[in-house]
Amino acid sequence: MHWLGQPFQERPTQLFIGILIAALAVVTVLNLALPAGHPLHVSTYTVTLLGKYLSYALLAVAVDLVWGYLGILSLGHGAFFALGGYAMGMYLMRQIGDRGVYGDPVLPDFMVFLNWDSLPWYWQGFDMAWFAFLMVLLAPGALALVFGFLAFRSRVTGVYLSIITQALTFALMLAFFRNEMGFGGNNGLTDFKELLGFDLRSDATRLGLFIASGVALALGYVLCRAIVGSKLGRVCVASRDAEARTRFLGYRVERVQLFVFVVSAMLAGVAGALYVPQVGIINPSEFSPLFSIEIVVWVALGGRATLYGAVIGAILVNYAKTVFTGVMPDAWLFALGGLFVLVTVLLPKGIAGLLAWRFKRPDFHDRHPGDGNLSREEATA
Amino acid sequence: MNILKELANRDRVFDFLAPADSPVDVRHGPILYMEDVTVSFDGFKAIDNLNLTIDDGELRCIIGPNGAGKTTMMDIITGKTRPDTGKVWFGSRHDLLTMNEPEIARLGIGRKFQKPTVFEALTVFENLELAMSADKRVLPTLTARMNGAMRDRIDEVLEMTGLVAQRRQLAGILSHGQKQWLEIGMLLMQRPRLLLVDEPVAGMTEQEMERTAELLTGLAGKQSVVVVEHDMGFVRSIARKVTVLHQGSVLAEGSMDQVQGDPRVIEVYLGESEEAV
Ligand SMILES: Nc1ncnc2c1ncn2[C@@H]1O[C@H](COP(=O)(O)OP(=O)(O)OP(=O)(O)O)[C@@H](O)[C@H]1O
Ligand SMILES: [Mg+2]
Repeated sequence: MHWLGQPFQERPTQLFIGILIAALAVVTVLNLALPAGHPLHVSTYTVTLLGKYLSYALLAVAVDLVWGYLGILSLGHGAFFALGGYAMGMYLMRQIGDRGVYGDPVLPDFMVFLNWDSLPWYWQGFDMAWFAFLMVLLAPGALALVFGFLAFRSRVTGVYLSIITQALTFALMLAFFRNEMGFGGNNGLTDFKELLGFDLRSDATRLGLFIASGVALALGYVLCRAIVGSKLGRVCVASRDAEARTRFLGYRVERVQLFVFVVSAMLAGVAGALYVPQVGIINPSEFSPLFSIEIVVWVALGGRATLYGAVIGAILVNYAKTVFTGVMPDAWLFALGGLFVLVTVLLPKGIAGLLAWRFKRPDFHDRHPGDGNLSREEATA
Repeated sequence: MNILKELANRDRVFDFLAPADSPVDVRHGPILYMEDVTVSFDGFKAIDNLNLTIDDGELRCIIGPNGAGKTTMMDIITGKTRPDTGKVWFGSRHDLLTMNEPEIARLGIGRKFQKPTVFEALTVFENLELAMSADKRVLPTLTARMNGAMRDRIDEVLEMTGLVAQRRQLAGILSHGQKQWLEIGMLLMQRPRLLLVDEPVAGMTEQEMERTAELLTGLAGKQSVVVVEHDMGFVRSIARKVTVLHQGSVLAEGSMDQVQGDPRVIEVYLGESEEAV
């Protein structure tokens, strides 16, 4: 397992993990140790908001893994995020038990409302935490496996693949909107009470979820770094830039793509599972094509093919969104679009590229697509 | 699942260490033997009764006007194009006409195409690492570790291709000539017995050509090399034996001086290109 340990020996990864742990510790201390009236006190509301950003950051890292290093622009990663979220939501629904409005010991409220008399087969087992958590990985993983197998085997790449991923998430959104699907339709799953026996409304649980999100981000980040830093990661970059040549060297590119795509989908599923208990609801809007596009914008803003850029992008954009929607909710999409255009024109390598330039550290932006071309111009100049 | 199968079959991780030269039998003759090979595309004979023999360790230059069939000949040897008639043997044991492209490549025939492609976002060292013969399935690649023998092999090829100083540079910032060498180096990482090199000096400077000439002549002896080239100056600088191809068959064969003196060759090829040079 030396490849998994490799990231811990890289300076940038050490720095990233160090900053993340420090941030988790500071927020925890400021939340617990300071009285509510203190100017530096971090409220539980803010802690949950930050926890949500962290789960988005993990989602962005998953997207950067396939887009930045494999060159596959997925505009449907929201689907994997949502599937992970629904798996968690189903567990949380089963935990409500007879405390629902209708007081049915087994059936969730929306099923009672629809006059269903028994639990559909695919809801079985979700009362057990281990099963539900396994499904958080397996549901998105299985979808990615089937979808990726078909797409990569027939060598669908580029814009066509992006469009198909949009269609995938859109189709799932329409399906989940239907009440007969058995996932709560339009309203989704909500009114959760507890997770693993912890009251979801208590401050301690909320702080715990925030820390869990931070730890998941750290682990996901290290896993992605390990893949990217391995020989397989170099094969990814090779196939991103010259796919035919990579095949000619003897690599089965479609299998490499499938493997990385499935890992990425599972990470997105974990992100969704951490997101749901913190926001308290999962509904089909997470499947919306627009949300998947937003994720890509976070990654582009932060800087593609760096992983930490995706984290920065996700946190900054979502912070901006929180602030902006508070002031002018209708204008957010225009602001996001404008920001995207500005960054693409002024900072083609995103915020990570700016950092690399500022600190003159080439390893701050490694393997950015197009590096070769840029440097060649510099070399001939 | 195939991934599981890959996991189970881990004993081939270091198969690049296995001697790559074992299967080819050259004890009783040439490494490449082509007899009466004919290929036609829609009735047009691109290769017409071609006979060609390459000895083990030989460096052979193949010249001929545009459309003479040089690239098509390489396509036949590497299994990309199937001839209508004829025999193509690799050593005395392997009938290449019964094998497909990857099988032929694994047997030890490497090919550099006319247009070079290297992985620009990877370093020179990493380019060679990916080219190295190894278990190339997903999980073995994920867990692959560089060991001393592999590093030595890469260093050796860096030395041969004159890219030692560039080992940590991104391949994207190499000059055109250096990219060509890197690609030849990637070919060498696969330890081929026979190298087919199509127009290696196109677009190179004088100096780079000299370096390439050194590289290719240095390889001969250990490996057999077939070079297709238009540049007569370059061919003159490396050639021991030259084959002139014309309209799909051998027009003349011999030393550069012999070939240049052949009136038929002067007529179809050298005359015009001598003016151009
Ligand atoms: N797949 C094909 N279908 C039809 N004709 C072909 C095909 N491949 C090659 N040819 C024809 O066969 C002839 C030989 O082509 P080939 O590419 O082997 O020439 P060459 O000697 O490599 O020329 P050059 O010096 O221009 O590279 C040409 O007339 C070409 O048009
Ligand atoms: Mg040709």
